[in-house]
Amino acid sequence: MQRMVIQRIIIGFITLWVVSVLVFIGTSILPGDVAEIVLGQTATPESLAAYRAERGLDQPLYMQYLTWLGGMFTGDLGTSKAGGASISSLISGRFGNTMLLAGIVAIISVPMSVVLGLLAAMYPGTWIDRILTFGTLSLISVPEFFIATFMVLIFAVQLQWLPAIATMSPEASFWETIGSMAMPLITLIIVVAAQMIRMTRAGILNVMNSPYIEMAILKGVKRKRIILRHAFYNAIGPIVNVIALNLAYLVSGVVIVETIFAYPGLAKLMIDGVQTRDLPLVQACAMIFCGTYVILIIMADVAAILSNPRLRNPK
Amino acid sequence: MTELLEVKGLKIAAPQKDGSEIPIVKGVDFNVKAGEVVALIGESGSGKTTISLGSLGYTKPGLEFTGGSIKLHGNDILTMGNDDLRSLRGQKVAYLAQSAAATFNPAITIGEQVTESAVLHGVMTQEEATIRATELYHALELPDPELLGGRYPHQVSGGQLQRLMAAMALVGRPDLLVLDEPTTALDVTTQIEVLKAFKKVIQEEGSAAIYVTHDLAVVAQIADHIVVLYSGEVQEQGSVDQIINNPQHPYTKRLMAAAHAGPKPGMGDKLSGDHDKDIANVQVKDMTAGYGEIRDGKPAITVLRDINMSVKNGHVVGVIGESGCGKSTLARVIAGLLPAAQGNIILDGKTLEGSYKQRTKLELQKIQFVYQMADTALNPKQMIGEILGRPIEMFQGLTGKKKREKVAETLRMVELPVEFENRYPAELSGGQKQRVNLARSLAAEPEIMLCDEVTSALDSIVGSNVVKLLKRLRDLTGVSFMFITHDLSTVAAFADEIVVLYAGRIVEQGPVDEVLSPPFHPYTRLLISSVPEMKIGWLEETMKKREMAVGIARGVEITAVGCPFYNRCPIAIDGTCNIKTPPVHEPTPGHQISCHHSLEDILGFENAPQQVLHGFEKAAPDDAAIL
Repeated sequence: MQRMVIQRIIIGFITLWVVSVLVFIGTSILPGDVAEIVLGQTATPESLAAYRAERGLDQPLYMQYLTWLGGMFTGDLGTSKAGGASISSLISGRFGNTMLLAGIVAIISVPMSVVLGLLAAMYPGTWIDRILTFGTLSLISVPEFFIATFMVLIFAVQLQWLPAIATMSPEASFWETIGSMAMPLITLIIVVAAQMIRMTRAGILNVMNSPYIEMAILKGVKRKRIILRHAFYNAIGPIVNVIALNLAYLVSGVVIVETIFAYPGLAKLMIDGVQTRDLPLVQACAMIFCGTYVILIIMADVAAILSNPRLRNPK
Repeated sequence: MTELLEVKGLKIAAPQKDGSEIPIVKGVDFNVKAGEVVALIGESGSGKTTISLGSLGYTKPGLEFTGGSIKLHGNDILTMGNDDLRSLRGQKVAYLAQSAAATFNPAITIGEQVTESAVLHGVMTQEEATIRATELYHALELPDPELLGGRYPHQVSGGQLQRLMAAMALVGRPDLLVLDEPTTALDVTTQIEVLKAFKKVIQEEGSAAIYVTHDLAVVAQIADHIVVLYSGEVQEQGSVDQIINNPQHPYTKRLMAAAHAGPKPGMGDKLSGDHDKDIANVQVKDMTAGYGEIRDGKPAITVLRDINMSVKNGHVVGVIGESGCGKSTLARVIAGLLPAAQGNIILDGKTLEGSYKQRTKLELQKIQFVYQMADTALNPKQMIGEILGRPIEMFQGLTGKKKREKVAETLRMVELPVEFENRYPAELSGGQKQRVNLARSLAAEPEIMLCDEVTSALDSIVGSNVVKLLKRLRDLTGVSFMFITHDLSTVAAFADEIVVLYAGRIVEQGPVDEVLSPPFHPYTRLLISSVPEMKIGWLEETMKKREMAVGIARGVEITAVGCPFYNRCPIAIDGTCNIKTPPVHEPTPGHQISCHHSLEDILGFENAPQQVLHGFEKAAPDDAAIL
């Protein structure tokens, strides 16, 4: 079992490395030379060359890659072109905001989804199940920008309860912060919970067809206990994977939500980076997103391995 | 004796969407007295499992009770509410399913599962239940009773799980046990072990039981009363003695005829002249194979060692042995699915490449594999016509009308109607699916078919029909068979040669009648003695035999040195059998026995069955506790 866990972690690192190569090559083949963009069309060839030499842009691509990769390891993410601030400092504040948003969403949505999914599985075909199935199906089908816009329309424009833009200032009081985060929070919870509820329900019901569940029924075990004790443990693998994918989405896939609410998160920073052709910034953000994915998926795999008694207790 | 369970006019049906019903059980009456074992026998589709589940007030999804009553202690189970049913299940009536491996929850410890029902129903506290469970483990002769509760189901063997299920059922001291084919999926040797344990516990606990099976020989060992079912109706019922020794109903007589007589020489058909050619079709030479990476000609886990055998043109070679002996691995090596680490596979005098990927199309066509489970081997999304059309198109290059004609011809060969080409596998019965499975291999027009346990999942009547079909196919086409099974009786009736495989090595092989008559290799002897006979009291008689005492208590273990059968052999010689590879004796040409004893000695042991022999003491039951 230990070997399997270590294997997963090694595979994770390899994935990250492959991703770093792809990200670097991807951003390098984008049209436009950084020096030309920064110095503008009036730059002389001499000043361009000087700029390139200063930033190491005249080096062969693989050397640039190695320098960049080395920087990543030492926490030196380079300097932003726009304004020349260090990328680490740009990202750290935004990263905190994104983690705050993702963390609160996760803390609320994961337990809620698992409980609702279990409820739906416990009473399939009843009104609880139907409401949940109908609700989750509808919410999955609705794009998140629609939900977000709709909420802005109701709570910010019509009722004027909440600010339409989520500004995060350090001076704001706790309640003001909560108020400005409320709509992005609710939107994200709705989006990720719907999927997790459905997968929990499906995972449990899939296990419910097993002969050992029939045996539990024939032993006179109550349905509640059958689900919680007999079915849930066998359904953990698929459930944690869906949870991990949704959590990873919270960090990296929230571009639309962050943009709509102008929430100062990492995804928004990346979008800004793309718009201003701030390639080092885009690269750093991409690496953080991929890293989050890889780490969460590894954690899900490890959880699935740990929940499997065959792997936990070898013969 | 008072009636414990009274079943009267029981009807169970499958309601259809249009409001009609398909009757499954059509008015069944029978009673179970306290302390009595009643057997429900019949083929698949007779409704026996449905009836037995009815005594727990349960039907499989899609079925419902439509009439009659099932009274336990005079209370009708069918009118009970959910709460009453829950307290009935597991506490008053307990269920044992066919496959313990699927019935135990893989994520929960054995101890919790065994005691769960009794504790939930408030019959006893967790401590009391655990103590009771440990007592039952002792009574069921399970190894390490004190530690067993903390293990997970995958950590114990199949035979042990089957007995653990008995413990799970018995913990709450139920009045009635329902046993649904509890030994059908087991090897002959394991079956005996489990049967013995069940019988002992049922007698000691004094609980009544409903025993569902299609195997009359098993019923003769354990039941007091037999109910014969066909198509949801009782055909005949009476005491064991009456039904086994003096059956009245024609269907019971048919069942008896299809039931296996013990494997004896002279049961098989002689080869028909045309196909009896003394030419090797497939030869296996000095072959060693296993799983994992091959280094210096040795796989990481060696399964088969030094295999030498051949299948002659038009012959049927039966490969027998318990699970874990490497029977399927042998077929996989021949088919090229698992390349051998050493040695050669020779087809019609030409050495084949180890992997199917490097074999020519013609070579692939000549060797065809038939899988055990037709259910999983047939693509459920393809119609039978497509399934059979594939090999015809690939190997014979036929398309269009010619292909369809060939499909029809193949269906006729396996005695299925031509219309079946437009059906999906799910619309066919188990026996029909197995025929399609065979037809698919046959459609390639092979020289040899490797049949892996093709009759094991079928009940006796359906299974014996499939064997009849195989015989006819051989006479018709001259195809050779390698027939892998743990069912000795089928081999005795069908094969020309037998290969006895034990722990990856061939311990005995030769013409069927030679192998089935003395002198036997001790392992062959164990296998033959383990086949239940349709005789009341056979189980007790057999358990007294000395080969059983050692042979039954232990399982297959693959060893690298000495005789593979050493630790289960009643006549093993310490210091010889566990160190040196046994020599090969050849009592008659072609009949080979690998044993350190001389043939005279082996015959001597055969003729002195009750004597405790040298080497016996090393296998006292105490040290037999292996996991």
